[in-house]
Amino acid sequence: MKKKKLTPYLYVLPGLLMVLSFVYIPVVANFFYSFFRLSSYSVDKKFVGFDNFVRLFTNEAFPIMIRNNLYYCIISLIVQVGFGTFVALMLESKLTGRLRNFYRNVYFIPALISLSAVGLLFTFVYSPDLGLINNFLESIGLEQYTQVWLGDSKLAIFCIIAMSQWQFTGYITLLMVVAIQSVSTDYLEAAKIDGAGPIRTAVNIIIPLAKEQLLVCSIITIIGAFKVFTEVYSTTSGGPGKSSQVLGTYLYQNAFLHDDMGMAAATGVLIFIITVTVSIIQIKVTKSGEV
Amino acid sequence: METKQKVTSKNLILKILIHLFLLSLVGFIFLPMLWLILNSLKTNNELFANSLALPEVWQFHNYVIAWSKGLFAYFKNSVIVSAIALSFILLFSSFFAYGLTRFKLKGSNLIFFVVLGGMALSEQVALVPLYKILQTLHLYNTYLALILPYIAFRIPFTAFLLRSYFISIPKELEEAAVIDGYNSLQIFTKIIVPISKPVLSSCAIVNLNFVWNEFLFANVFLESKSIMTIPIGLMSFKGDMKADYTVMLAGIAVASIPLIALFICMQKQFVRGLTAGAVKG
Repeated sequence: MKKKKLTPYLYVLPGLLMVLSFVYIPVVANFFYSFFRLSSYSVDKKFVGFDNFVRLFTNEAFPIMIRNNLYYCIISLIVQVGFGTFVALMLESKLTGRLRNFYRNVYFIPALISLSAVGLLFTFVYSPDLGLINNFLESIGLEQYTQVWLGDSKLAIFCIIAMSQWQFTGYITLLMVVAIQSVSTDYLEAAKIDGAGPIRTAVNIIIPLAKEQLLVCSIITIIGAFKVFTEVYSTTSGGPGKSSQVLGTYLYQNAFLHDDMGMAAATGVLIFIITVTVSIIQIKVTKSGEV
Repeated sequence: METKQKVTSKNLILKILIHLFLLSLVGFIFLPMLWLILNSLKTNNELFANSLALPEVWQFHNYVIAWSKGLFAYFKNSVIVSAIALSFILLFSSFFAYGLTRFKLKGSNLIFFVVLGGMALSEQVALVPLYKILQTLHLYNTYLALILPYIAFRIPFTAFLLRSYFISIPKELEEAAVIDGYNSLQIFTKIIVPISKPVLSSCAIVNLNFVWNEFLFANVFLESKSIMTIPIGLMSFKGDMKADYTVMLAGIAVASIPLIALFICMQKQFVRGLTAGAVKG
C-alpha cells in the first residue's frame, strides 16, 4: 500500500531534481556569489557587500553595455517583430498562393545555423579586404562607401545587430504565420462581406486576434536582446575597445579572463532582474486578460 | 464586367509586386550562404583576388580537408552529447508530465510551478556557479559537463509542452488498461507514449536545435579539443586553420548542413514544436 502511494512521486522526481540541482541551485548561488570576491582557482571568498555592484555600475563600460543591449532590443523589436509580422501578414494574404510555404521555410533557415557559425560567416562577410559587402560595393563602383565594418568602433555593434536580424526575423515570421493561420475564417469572411480591403482586415481583424502571439514574440525578443552573448563573442569579443561590449560578454570576460567571478555574478544578477521582470510582466498581462 | 476586370488587373499587379518583394527577401537570406559556398570551393588566392568571382577549378577537396582536420571529431562529439541529452530530456520530461497529470500528488501545483519557473531563468545567470559545481563534482571538461545542464535547462519547456498534451488524452483508455491488469509504467509505455509520438517528435526536434547549436556552456565547461562539440569546435578550427580561409568556410558549411537538412525533412514537427512552445513560453 505504501509503495503504491510513492510510485507517482517517482515519476516526478528525476525531472524535479535535475531542475533543482542544475538550474535553481546555481541561480541562487549566483546571488550569493555576487556579494563576495572570489576566484576560479581557489575556494577562498571574501565578503564585500555591495562592492561588486558598485564597481559594475560605476565601470566606464557599463553605460556602453546598457546602450548596446538597448540598441539590440529596440532594433530587434522593430525589425524582427514589426517587419517580421508584416512579412507574415503578406505571406498569409490571399495573394501569395502556393509559394508561401517556400518563402516561409527559406526565411526560417538561418535560425537553424549555430550562432557561432553565423558569427564566423559574418566576420568574413564584413571583412574589409575580402568580404562580401566591400567587394560588392567595389564591383558596382561605390568604393567610397566601403567600411572596416566590425573594425569601426561606431559601426561594430550595428553590424552585429544586423547579422542577428538576418538570422532571426524569419523565426518571428514563422511564429506569426501560425498565429495568423489560427484566426477563424469566419471573421475574415465577415470582413470581406463588409468590404474591408487586405490592409484594413490586417489592422482591424488579424492583429487584434493574434495579439497574444505578438506579445509572446516581443517578450522572446526583449529577453533575447539582454541575454545576447555568442553573437558578440564570435565576431568582435566586445571590441574595438569596449565599443560593442554587452552584458553577456562582460560577464564572461570577468569570470573567465579577469578571474573576477564576484563581478561576473553581479552582472548575472542584473541579467536575472531584467529577464525575470519581463517574464513576470508577460504572465501578468496574459492572465489579466488584457491581451 | 469592366470594373471586375479592373479589379483583377489591379490584383495581378499587386500580386507581382508582393512576389518581387518576397523574392528579394529570399535573395537577401541566400546571399551570404551562397557567397559562403562559392568561396569554400576556391583557393585562398582566388578568395583574396575577388570574393565575387567564380573559381577556375572547383576545390571540392576543401571539404575533405575540413572534415579530416577536426570537424569529424567535433561532429562525433555533438552526436554523442545530443543523443544522450535528448534521450534524457524526453524521458524525464514525459515521466514528469505523466506523474503530474495522472495522479493526485500533494503539492502538485507547487511542483509544476517550480519546474515551469525554470523557463524564465537564463543560462548566463547560472554560468559561474555551474562552472564551480562541475569542478567540485570533477565533471568539468567531460561530456557530462554539458549533458547534465542541457537536460536540466530543457526539462521545463519540454515538460510544459508534454503536460498540455497529456491532459488532452482521454482517461477511458487507461481505465480499460487498468482492468486488463496493467500497472502505471505499462500504461505509460503502452498507451501514453504511442499516442504522444507526434508531440514527442516535435519536442525532440526543437530540443535538438538547442542542444546541437548551444555555445555558452560548451565554451566554458569544456577545455580539450577532443571532446568539443561543433559550435565551439568551429571557433578552435578557426585558430588551427589560421590563413586557410577557404577550408574554414567549408567547415562552416558542413557544420550547418545537418539541421537544415533535418528541417527540410521534418518541417511539420519543427513548426508545431516551435509554435506550441512559444505561445505559452
